[in-house]
Amino acid sequence: MTPFLSILQPGLMTTVQDMGRAGYQSLGIGASGALDPVALRAANLLVGNDPAQGAIEVLYMGPTIEINVESLRLSFVGANAAIEILPDVRADTGTCVECQRSVVVRRGEVVKIKSLTGGASLYVGIEGGLAIDPTLGSLSTNIRAGTGGWKGRALLAGDRIPLRRSQALDRDECRLDGVSFLPSPRIRAIPGPQLDYFDEGEITHFFDSEFTIGTSDRVGMRLRGGRPLQHTKGFNIASDAIAPGSIQIPGDGMPIVLMADRQTTGGYPKIATVISADLPALGRLCIGAKLRFDPVTAEQALILRREMLSFLKDLANHVVPISRPAPPIAPLLFDYNLISGVVDARYGLDY
Amino acid sequence: MVHYRTLTAGDTAIIIEFGEGIDRGVNAMVLALDERLEGERIEGIVETVPTFRSLMIYFDPLVISQAALTEQIAAHISGIQVSERPSRTWRLPVCYDAEMAPDLGDVAAFAGLTTRQVIERHSGLVYHIYMLGFLPGLAYMGDVPQELVIPRLETPRVKIPAGSLGIAMAMSLIMPRETASGLNLIGRSPVAMWHPGQGALLKPGDKVIYQPISLREYNGLVARADAGGLRIEPVTEPLEVAA
Repeated sequence: MTPFLSILQPGLMTTVQDMGRAGYQSLGIGASGALDPVALRAANLLVGNDPAQGAIEVLYMGPTIEINVESLRLSFVGANAAIEILPDVRADTGTCVECQRSVVVRRGEVVKIKSLTGGASLYVGIEGGLAIDPTLGSLSTNIRAGTGGWKGRALLAGDRIPLRRSQALDRDECRLDGVSFLPSPRIRAIPGPQLDYFDEGEITHFFDSEFTIGTSDRVGMRLRGGRPLQHTKGFNIASDAIAPGSIQIPGDGMPIVLMADRQTTGGYPKIATVISADLPALGRLCIGAKLRFDPVTAEQALILRREMLSFLKDLANHVVPISRPAPPIAPLLFDYNLISGVVDARYGLDY
Repeated sequence: MVHYRTLTAGDTAIIIEFGEGIDRGVNAMVLALDERLEGERIEGIVETVPTFRSLMIYFDPLVISQAALTEQIAAHISGIQVSERPSRTWRLPVCYDAEMAPDLGDVAAFAGLTTRQVIERHSGLVYHIYMLGFLPGLAYMGDVPQELVIPRLETPRVKIPAGSLGIAMAMSLIMPRETASGLNLIGRSPVAMWHPGQGALLKPGDKVIYQPISLREYNGLVARADAGGLRIEPVTEPLEVAA
């Protein structure tokens, strides 16, 4: 029989995701993919997978999963969550597992992931991966499109998710060392593309404002706080394409940040676009969190992208066996949100 | 000299914008540039998204700088030939029966026409696909005849079925899946606009003719589609449109 995971409780929004689906936006299907691709990669590395492999993305409230395979290595990376391993479905109590590490579970055991704290997203890495065929080259679920992942939808109670491996490999458990998944309240963005729809004062006002995340899902987040932004020539444009991290300003003047499951095109002017290096940090921010946008130039964003890439290349070096004593933390301490102290003189803002 | 603007959409995308409004000439430039870039296979371009009036170009700035990309694109734009672009033409069966067309009466009243005249006018021309977007496989087909240019519904419907044919402003659309919508619904097509695993039936630049069918024919085609036997191919014979 095919080894599988039984979903007993699905959680709030639990989906299969990988690095996303490139190349189909011209047909109306967005890229999707993990909201926090750094955590997804780390979750895969902890269980010995290719970092870009598909894993389970958990938002806010986790699922309860019964193990229907002899043994299975899992990892949990991202926000913190109380995770319990119960000996069977009838048990009330079990053993707690920390996040940012791998663990082996056995047939009949139940993994219970409770509310996430300190972040919106958590990734469950699965040794060997899920036995699901890719759709258009990717395992990512696109809920809007009803395509990809597990049946084009979020997981439901009763789902049996097939696995590639039926037994965990004999190796040490690992943890992440010196990597932070704490969300940053400062997100960097490049002004534009529709700068001609806002006068200079409004653009300054946008970058001066502190926002609160009102609602948020895989499509995008609606922001509150600050005075509504004014458009200079209306809020309707003939639909054009929407990049990830686009910050559009609809008629009510309150920003909407568009994320992985966004529509490919839309008709509101966009005041700024979150830089690629900060998209993972954006995916960690919870409903109710405060955030500000810092303006950067394309040149600065390029430097930050390069730093992010070298961080990702080095990520495997942050995976350490749990039995071995930890190396001194200071040289490895790495919070990529704090790497660069670049200041954009063009805007005269002192960050 | 072609007029266009280059806009920055973050660090991994630029927008080449040929105009502000919805216009065939502008859209032809967008599609011609897209085709040209597809043929050139410039290293560092990840994907392109043509829309009514602009082409979004996703790129990896670590492979090609924005400046180098912009420069190469400028060279391609100056050499664009718009006129000779070949396109596919599709004949899509559409049922305008009252059962499938809850807003046909309102559209007729709005236009001062009979429902029969609305159907004749709506199906009496060749549509141009400006772009795909919003949902997988959703094609923006234009332009509907001037007398049928009608605003969106004031209160959008929470759910309309897949295959719904609706109009709003100058656009005619067939919904690839069940969705909320403010379109004025005047018919339904049994043809799937999107196949999971295969992608979209239509693409930007294609031409479309609506072929009116009866409710009975519609039901027959739906049964065939459900059994996996409905295959739609682009038409090869010369265009003949009753107008």
